[in-house]
Amino acid sequence: MAGAISVHTDSEASKRPRHITESPVVKWLLIGLALAFLGLVVALPLVSVFVEAFRKGAEVYVKALTEPDALSALKLTLLVAVIAVPLNTVFGLAAAWAVSKFSFKGKNFLITLIDLPFAVSPVIAGLVYVLLFGAQGFFGPWLDERGIQIVFALPGIVLATVFVTVPFIARELIPLMQAQGVQEEEAAASLGARGFAIFWRVTLPNIKWGLLYGIILCNARAMGEFGAVSVVSGHIRGQTNTLPLHVEILYNEYQFSASFAVASLLVMLAVATLMVKAIVQWKSSAH
Amino acid sequence: MKKTSVRFQTLFLYLVVMTLVLAACGSAKSGNNGGNSGGAAGTPSTTEGSTTAAPGTDAAAESNKPLPPVKLLNVSYDPTRELYVEFNQAFAAHWLKEKNQKVEIDQSHGGSGKQARTVIDGLKADVVTLALGYDIDAIVDAGLLGSDWQSQFERNSSPYTSTIVFLVRKGNPKGIKDWNDLLKDGVEVITPNPKTSGGARWNYLAAWGYALKQNNNDEEAAKQFVKDLFKHVPVLDTGARGSTTTFVERGLGDVLLAWENEAYLSINELGPDKFDIVYPSISILAEPPVAIVDKTVDANGTREVAEAYLQYLYSDEGQKIAGKNYYRPTDEAIAAQFAEQFPSLELLTIDKDFGGWKEAQTKHFADDGIFDQIYTPGA
Amino acid sequence: MKGSRKIRVLPGFGLSLGFSIFYISLLVLIPLAAVFIKSFDLTWAQFWSTVSNPRVVASYRISFSTAFWAGAINAVFGLLVAWVLVRYRFPGKGLIDSLVDIPFALPTAVAGIALTTIYAKNGWIGSLLDPLGIKVAYSQSGIIIALVFIGLPFVVRTVQPVLQDLEKEREEAAVMLGAYRLRTFIKVILPELLPALLTGFALSFARGIGEYGSVVFISGNMPLKTEIAPLLIMTKLEQFDYAGATAIAAVMLTISFILLLLINLLQWKMNRRTLSE
Repeated sequence: MAGAISVHTDSEASKRPRHITESPVVKWLLIGLALAFLGLVVALPLVSVFVEAFRKGAEVYVKALTEPDALSALKLTLLVAVIAVPLNTVFGLAAAWAVSKFSFKGKNFLITLIDLPFAVSPVIAGLVYVLLFGAQGFFGPWLDERGIQIVFALPGIVLATVFVTVPFIARELIPLMQAQGVQEEEAAASLGARGFAIFWRVTLPNIKWGLLYGIILCNARAMGEFGAVSVVSGHIRGQTNTLPLHVEILYNEYQFSASFAVASLLVMLAVATLMVKAIVQWKSSAH
Repeated sequence: MKKTSVRFQTLFLYLVVMTLVLAACGSAKSGNNGGNSGGAAGTPSTTEGSTTAAPGTDAAAESNKPLPPVKLLNVSYDPTRELYVEFNQAFAAHWLKEKNQKVEIDQSHGGSGKQARTVIDGLKADVVTLALGYDIDAIVDAGLLGSDWQSQFERNSSPYTSTIVFLVRKGNPKGIKDWNDLLKDGVEVITPNPKTSGGARWNYLAAWGYALKQNNNDEEAAKQFVKDLFKHVPVLDTGARGSTTTFVERGLGDVLLAWENEAYLSINELGPDKFDIVYPSISILAEPPVAIVDKTVDANGTREVAEAYLQYLYSDEGQKIAGKNYYRPTDEAIAAQFAEQFPSLELLTIDKDFGGWKEAQTKHFADDGIFDQIYTPGA
Repeated sequence: MKGSRKIRVLPGFGLSLGFSIFYISLLVLIPLAAVFIKSFDLTWAQFWSTVSNPRVVASYRISFSTAFWAGAINAVFGLLVAWVLVRYRFPGKGLIDSLVDIPFALPTAVAGIALTTIYAKNGWIGSLLDPLGIKVAYSQSGIIIALVFIGLPFVVRTVQPVLQDLEKEREEAAVMLGAYRLRTFIKVILPELLPALLTGFALSFARGIGEYGSVVFISGNMPLKTEIAPLLIMTKLEQFDYAGATAIAAVMLTISFILLLLINLLQWKMNRRTLSE
């Protein structure tokens, strides 16, 4: 599964001699078709989020975002992302290093395991932690005796989020590091470089864009996860509601504008991180 | 060999580190939890102190210095959000005046069954205020409260009641007056799925009760009636609020089967000029029950305040707040004040007409029950 | 394992692999095993009657068929989008490129609500389609649209890098041999893209089978028609039937896992073939 969710934006491929590209008519037709599709499927829902958010005016919009419950949901969402993303970054680096720099039996199996959370229904992702740590779960009574609360509290939300976002960074790095091979690292090793130095000096500079992109996606998904978190959250207002859950609550309270306002905040968080990535990348390529 | 052991050492080291990280995470959560049930860890002595103090002699001395604030968690179902926002404020003010103690009530809302499950799975609710007795019975089965909960508070532990009504588009263009009108050609009915929504079970049972009555208690005829009814349902949302949105925002359907309070709320929130409420000839008395979760209040030492909280639902003020939020007060004097808002109609009850929730649940809503048979292929 | 040890010049194999396996076991494998263990609460007969119930079978069929069509649509249009983004230059390209990632970031519930708003019969597009007798929201097409939204980035982001690295020389050769553009595409480019396209399709498909948050809003949840398998899991939970819920979940998990494993093996085989060439 080389190349899953990977992106390189060198513009080499778009500079092509005439004879191996399409006629302008076909070209613009294809562009038009692609844009129409994206517009219909992605952009329109996005626009509708903002339209609905501002339906009752900017005042309602601002109020929805500054209300205490929304702020505590924002805080929780950021906190969860701050814990989950570094964990998955470390894992992503370790897994990519093992998978791409060495050959061993069962590699496909491991890669499939890493992919699995992509394919697991969010409902199941939440349910498994309830089965494990819920009061009726396998470890429930043991935890209960010690007064440790996992599900319906921060740890459960973090676990569910980590589960859902496990593949993002690893899957971004594996094809990239596979493509780069082991020559550079081996050369460094033969020159006597130590393990961590090899990684820091040789590997990291090569993968930094992929890594950044993976982190950004992981972060966006961590902040936006709804299904799995919904199962383990407990929905206590102002305490265990993340932003996506707060969106649902407002929606269920018929505060449609406020609900979309909070949703638009999530969109903007995602877009902002993607922008940052684009800018950093553009600046570094200008050097 | 030596190399392997080194590798295993590093591996082992990592396992240890990871476990420590997770453990730290674990204690962080319990610390965090301290915030939630933080009242919990801190209060047992104090609240218990006040439990003994309250009836005792030095209650007055006690009330001079403010007691440490206490927290309650009320796990409730979807349509009660507005009711409890208002009621919690009223109770907090009442409690502060009475006991000079600050009480903060956290709310959690969702589908009634889902909420019950959350409590069973470990959400530390001090009190539950759900849609069906059946859901509280499920919590009883998990051993979190005694099976006699329904006798702990007055009137079957149901401080307010409600019923199922029809919400139709303004002017009632399809002329819907009673349950049999729902089966007319071209009428689309919106109701949530009884398998996932407590409210929808009341809808279904009200229809069933009507059909039984019309057909001299012929169950086969009633079966046919609900079967035909659900042929008129184009969308089965998972919860009551989802159905309301489908009906109101998406413009789907001619009639919404809804809680009386939801119907009023939709009219007020979403457009008084767009909808009418129709009362059918017969409906069902919905008694959303309340209960104390013994296990939590004993662990948190919050029994006294939890009891007072639920008891306050029966007070004049509590009853008035219920009425204001379109729940039918059970106190006769207060109910009389709201008589105009709540027309009287013939109401079936779960216990008398359906043999209680356990029986209704197994007969109608369990897997392969009557509701499932409606949607069995070839049936 | 032993045979490959000789090339292991680089450090950190044990550490990185050990940690990876530990992490994935702790967070993915053990939790998922809990599903299977819980479903053992049922006897085999109970298990079978749960997962072979006509409603459940219908929901599997709906989940798999809608996810398949969404995957197919994404394969076609995802390829188109990737093609346009890689091969052409046009204003606003960076913005469009970022747009592709939005489905990863937008909470699924928001996506579901937004799509329903647009495609319901009083929505922007739904109101245009309604006079034509086309119903999108509250039908299987609604589910497909939601799944197309959810799965699109998987295809685009899988195909994009491969398309980027495609060597010009082959296309040049084809042109020199007098092949037309379309023929070049079908004979030269498409075969190169196929593994990536297949991977993208499979990821989109796998994601679609399990999707819940966005689908429940737009599907209408009618039994036998638009009721998806994850919803039935929720339904079972609602009745406090954990074992039944995990039975349905176990079947879905197994299918997803086999699907992913097959794709990974296929990909691995294809990579080997290209390497040996």
